[in-house]
Amino acid sequence: MEKSMKKYMPIFMLPTLFAFILGFIIPFVMGIGLSFCKFTTVTDAKFIGITNYVEALKDTVFRHSFWYTALFAITSLVVINVIAFVLAMALTQKIRGTNIFRTVFFMPNLIGGIVLGYIWQLIFNGILAKYETALALNEWFGFWGLIILVSWQQIGYMMIIYIAGLQSIPGDVIEAAQIDGANGLQRLWKVTIPMMMPSITICMFLSITNGFKLFDQNLSLTAGEPAKMSEMMALNIFNTFYGRTGWEGVGQAKAVLFFILVVTIGMIQLRITRSKEVQQ
Amino acid sequence: MKMKKMLAVIVAAVMATGIIAGCGSSTNETTTKKNGKGKVYYLNFKPEADEYWQELADRYTDETGVPVTVLTAASGEYEKTLKSEMAKTDAPTLFQVNGPVGLEGWKEYCYDLKDSDIAKQIIDDSFTLMDGDKMSGIAYVIENYGIIYNKELLKKAGYSAEDIKNFDSLKKVAEDITARKEELGFSAFTSAGMDGSSDWRFKTHLANLPIYYEYKEEGIDNTDAIKGTYLAQYRQIWDLYINNATCKPTEISTKTADDATADFVTEEAVFYQNGTWEYNNVAELGDENLGMLPIYIGVEGEEEQSVCTGTENYWCVNAKASKEDIKATLDFMNWCVTSETGVEAMCKDMGFVIPFKSNLESENVLVNEANKYLEKGKTPVSWNFSTMPSEEWKNGLGSALTAYAADQTDENWDKVVHAFVNGWATEAAAAK
Repeated sequence: MEKSMKKYMPIFMLPTLFAFILGFIIPFVMGIGLSFCKFTTVTDAKFIGITNYVEALKDTVFRHSFWYTALFAITSLVVINVIAFVLAMALTQKIRGTNIFRTVFFMPNLIGGIVLGYIWQLIFNGILAKYETALALNEWFGFWGLIILVSWQQIGYMMIIYIAGLQSIPGDVIEAAQIDGANGLQRLWKVTIPMMMPSITICMFLSITNGFKLFDQNLSLTAGEPAKMSEMMALNIFNTFYGRTGWEGVGQAKAVLFFILVVTIGMIQLRITRSKEVQQ
Repeated sequence: MKMKKMLAVIVAAVMATGIIAGCGSSTNETTTKKNGKGKVYYLNFKPEADEYWQELADRYTDETGVPVTVLTAASGEYEKTLKSEMAKTDAPTLFQVNGPVGLEGWKEYCYDLKDSDIAKQIIDDSFTLMDGDKMSGIAYVIENYGIIYNKELLKKAGYSAEDIKNFDSLKKVAEDITARKEELGFSAFTSAGMDGSSDWRFKTHLANLPIYYEYKEEGIDNTDAIKGTYLAQYRQIWDLYINNATCKPTEISTKTADDATADFVTEEAVFYQNGTWEYNNVAELGDENLGMLPIYIGVEGEEEQSVCTGTENYWCVNAKASKEDIKATLDFMNWCVTSETGVEAMCKDMGFVIPFKSNLESENVLVNEANKYLEKGKTPVSWNFSTMPSEEWKNGLGSALTAYAADQTDENWDKVVHAFVNGWATEAAAAK
């Protein structure tokens, strides 16, 4: 068995490997190369050294978008995970209609970000119009608008992961805790959450990286208005690339910095939560 | 283990190729068709003309056997589409830039059109885009914009176009209509939407007027440092637009181009700032009801001003295409503006006024209305917005205008001035 698996491994792996190289490795390496170049089209570039990085770091709007994005990522991380966890707990209590509730909560996740952004834009502006204002007039309207939108979209997804985690906790552990006299809160803190750490790790990783990489929702909900104050990092990169003639390289340099940042934060977060995981 | 090593080698090899491909300046050697005739690939800018271009391309292929591909970029996506299409092996052979600033990014891709046949067809040299001695682009359409108005509604309000001679009279009419809005059942202006589909009407087209007057006063046609001499007038007209519209000034950030068109064709508003290209969308009001006024902003002597006339559509030929393809493209362009089929399609179907000898009289009422001012000897306002330093500049101005509309204080207007004047200097410096 093992032998034949080794023998056929390349056949099964090559298509994916090919797609991975074509769709990820090549663009990625080209992208790093281009961040040191001045170019108009990606196949016609001239090497100019680190000028692009200098310009990128000098950009005050880029720095603002970093803090705005960081604040957004942390807020959405907390909101999404707390609500998703509570929902998951509620929907594993064998209440009537559990499956319907799970489906309903999961459904928003199936709608694309651009569509969601425009729908919520209509809703928010409809409400704000009553108060003689609009999303595009205040960066914090945009901020909380995005939090509501992203929560609505992602809570269902995280909830499913938490439900799977909750269901895999062996009943005897909980029962033993109960017999030892632990109350509900103690059981949650001392037994359930430690046993859930793998799910928590994955959910936190997903929501923090999603928070940093948010693009379509940002583009369609606020488009960075007012005056780039609600522009997050991914959108800032996109706008740098297309906003000025000759700034494609700077946009690319920002994209590389962005990649390094997201990877670093993702790794730190993984390390912290991994260390809290327990063996079953 | 062996497998791992092999993988590492493959990945390393791919990376190396990537780097070389990324930074090597390879040119596009387009593969030529075997018949030696070359081929044409046109990246079209105007979505409203797409179906006519497709048709025209087919007819050209039927006539000559030269394959013509027409691809149309979505509205507002031209620069992005062009960037990705140009990186392909089969890059567009015919594309367009919007003027001197647009040319900056593409000048190495522009073939010198000086000795081409089509260059001999142009009626005036001002319709070419020069890069030193090189003729980089040729305008293929002339357009006008101003304040389109509904003649019938204006009459209902008790006025006619003759009453509007300058900003003061425009203001008087507009404010009177607003005062009697309930009784008349319509507003003066359509919504001044600042949504992405509509904001170019103000951050680009309306902003052209203060720029035009400043350039005229200074005797220049481009600058790295705008002074904003006529921004007070820009504020007057903007105030007039937003405070006499179908919607509240706080709502404009959500209003789209479709909203404005709807306001106009459902007779909710008399005035609609837009251009001759909008004709097909407003034609249902009836030709006899449509007219166009110059945009008066309150500058001295503006009674002699006409509508804004110009172009931001310059055809360029890709210099990096193969010789056969360049030849085929030049032939196609020339055919479009000299053959009966081509001219008919451009002037009749697409409704263009073309700056070539073969131009036919237009069936577009808005064009004819605009031309009346020229016949009366009024001076057209040239299109100077192609000298705006970047998209960033326009966006900054747009945001400031929206914020000002919601809260019309001097302080907020100072931000508009800042975006206009200081933004111009920063962006001009950033464009290098």
